[in-house]
Amino acid sequence: MKPLQDILVIDFSQYLSGPAASLKLADMGARVIKVEQPNGGDPCRDLLMANVRLDGTSSMFSAINRNKESIVVDLKNADEKARIMQLIAKADVLIQNFRPGVPERLGIDYESVKAINPGIVYGTISGYSIEGPWAKRPGQDLLVQAVSGVTLLSGNANKGPVPLGIAVADLMAGAHLVQGILAGLVQKSITGEGCKVSVNMLESMLDLQFEAVTLFHNDGGQPVQRTASNNAQPFLGAPYGVYQTADGFMALAMGSVTKLGELIGCKTLTEYADPASWFTSRDVLKQALADHLKTNSTAHWLSILEPADFWCAEVMDWDTLIEHDGFKVIEMLQDVTTNSGFTYQTTRCPIRFDGKTLTSPVGFPKMGEHTVSVFNEFLN
Amino acid sequence: MKRPLEGILVLEFCQFMAGPSAGLKLADMGARVIKIERPVHGEGGRQIALKNIFYDGSGIVFHTANRNKESFAADLKNPEDLAIVKKLIGQADVMTHNFRPGVMEKIGLDYETAKALNPKLIYATVTGYGTTGPWVGKPGQDLLAQSISGLNHLTGDCNDTPTPMALAISDMYCGTHLTQGILAALVKRGKTGRGSWVEVSLLESTLDLQFEVLTTWLNSGKQKPQRAKQGAAHAFLKAPYGVYETKNGHLVLGISNIVELAGLLGNDKLGKFTTPEQCFNERDEIMDILRQQFITNTTEHWLGILEPAGVWCSQVMGFKELTSHEAFKTLRFMQDITMKDGSCFTTVRCPIRFNNERLFSAKGAPRVGEDNDKIKQEFNL
Repeated sequence: MKPLQDILVIDFSQYLSGPAASLKLADMGARVIKVEQPNGGDPCRDLLMANVRLDGTSSMFSAINRNKESIVVDLKNADEKARIMQLIAKADVLIQNFRPGVPERLGIDYESVKAINPGIVYGTISGYSIEGPWAKRPGQDLLVQAVSGVTLLSGNANKGPVPLGIAVADLMAGAHLVQGILAGLVQKSITGEGCKVSVNMLESMLDLQFEAVTLFHNDGGQPVQRTASNNAQPFLGAPYGVYQTADGFMALAMGSVTKLGELIGCKTLTEYADPASWFTSRDVLKQALADHLKTNSTAHWLSILEPADFWCAEVMDWDTLIEHDGFKVIEMLQDVTTNSGFTYQTTRCPIRFDGKTLTSPVGFPKMGEHTVSVFNEFLN
Repeated sequence: MKRPLEGILVLEFCQFMAGPSAGLKLADMGARVIKIERPVHGEGGRQIALKNIFYDGSGIVFHTANRNKESFAADLKNPEDLAIVKKLIGQADVMTHNFRPGVMEKIGLDYETAKALNPKLIYATVTGYGTTGPWVGKPGQDLLAQSISGLNHLTGDCNDTPTPMALAISDMYCGTHLTQGILAALVKRGKTGRGSWVEVSLLESTLDLQFEVLTTWLNSGKQKPQRAKQGAAHAFLKAPYGVYETKNGHLVLGISNIVELAGLLGNDKLGKFTTPEQCFNERDEIMDILRQQFITNTTEHWLGILEPAGVWCSQVMGFKELTSHEAFKTLRFMQDITMKDGSCFTTVRCPIRFNNERLFSAKGAPRVGEDNDKIKQEFNL
């Protein structure tokens, strides 16, 4: 039995943040019914990555919305609205990520929903909270990253802003929403009470940067100083970073600079005995290290550092990774199939229960594929 | 205010970041979290220094991840201490640990033992790379997990070396999965009365973070991700998605229609790009043309044209600009924390709101073993 078996989720959300949250709930056993509006449905269906479509639909949508059902409901039509409200009355969870004001207009705001289902856990995601001067701004990942300060952390000191190359603001907000919804369900299982759970992408990005934000508030507001080269964390000293070798790249995490110098035979490093200097002289140290590591192969350096338990790793790309036994044993990939018989490969849920992985063979739904079956099942 | 996880008792045998960040979320949502730490020095994360800032003897990272918790000092290799900890486990709802595979088996607090002590217990573990295979002994550290997972090839420009995300993304994302697994297991326990074993790893979580791009890559001939030449923001998205320098700063453009953008900017050079295919295939050329235009005027000027038209765009801010902005102040996201020695610092609160209320918790991180006496008495140990 999957842990969330028998939990019914009605998901009005679009794009990534909300749908990524409902995907986790689905993979943990919940039944997720995605509600789409007529005229195209979730716009993510046509939002392309690398111009790739799978069975006519964006690969991104296919990854985010597998293991769900899709119904089409026109919320502006009174009959259809009445039907969806009957369905909501039977649900455990509702999710929406509309802009502020829209749920009220559609009649699916928390107060309206609570009136017909007091025990529901109602989850919402906004871009920047629903108050203040940015309430109506588009909550799009790159825009949230841009104002959150995060673009000034990655890359080297001479670079301009460097965004994180994944929609991390969407995904963190979605991950926080799942936590809030599940905490709400735990409470409901004890007291029977429902609740409203709200997250916003800006707070989720700041939570992710809690180290940097906390430092800023306690060191007199100093600007973030990335290292001149090999930056991997602007507040840590040498050797923390990614380095080129004769045949690739390797990562070095925190550790003693002098010990590292002795292990790899880099004289400059051994001259810095005071650990405080590993931070204050990090640009010099990183450059010396970068010059030295180029002289031999990744395998050579790892064969010295790993036995000494110095924290290091080869930098891999996906081609290398998926051929590695370390990847094969975690069985992270699964094949899923749509109702029309189209099969594609994707990742599985990263959480294991009782020693088992959670997989599901169900691919993404066609728009409205389950409208008739869902309403027949629940309203008759 | 009432918090949703009130009454839930969590024992945290974790150190550093992934596990403690999960414990912090549970604590902020109302659970009682007791760190089980080795006597005197406590968990390893206490000594991690960022910019060499320490409060009450521990680094700022420790304080941010371990506020709102209690500490119980116990030497798990000492049979007497172990017996006490086992009695505590008998009364807990959740326990978490991030020891390397094999360590808890040796101590005698592996899942089967814990389950025998308390069949309703949720036993949750974090590893670096799972519990079998060639990487079992490898240190489960954030930068190493990022580097192995392929993630470094997605950030930065095409001529940059592999660029890690310069924050603890693997730890933090894995921490969210740990919290999710624990809470889902508690939901299940509410129905079945039985506990569960929840496992997460930095590697699996970092791969999950890449689930959209991995799915795209796996099903389209495994073409290498191509970062843009300059101002790259996402290897798999088409022009104009990216960062652009202006006369007085930087702006970003999100997903936008290039024809509409050309019209708004009055840019004739963009006129020949009309199809989505061109925006993928000629991304660098389009971004070059935009770059040449944006540098000629200020961020405010360009946003003044683009924002009213509904184009997804924004100025780029650092913490200074952000924290002095009204939009940030509206969030009331910061809170003051006081430590045992009376020192005080400002940090973030929980990003999840319940019934429109923010969750603040002013309690600072504990000293090692600070709560031993109280806990022994309360739980009859």
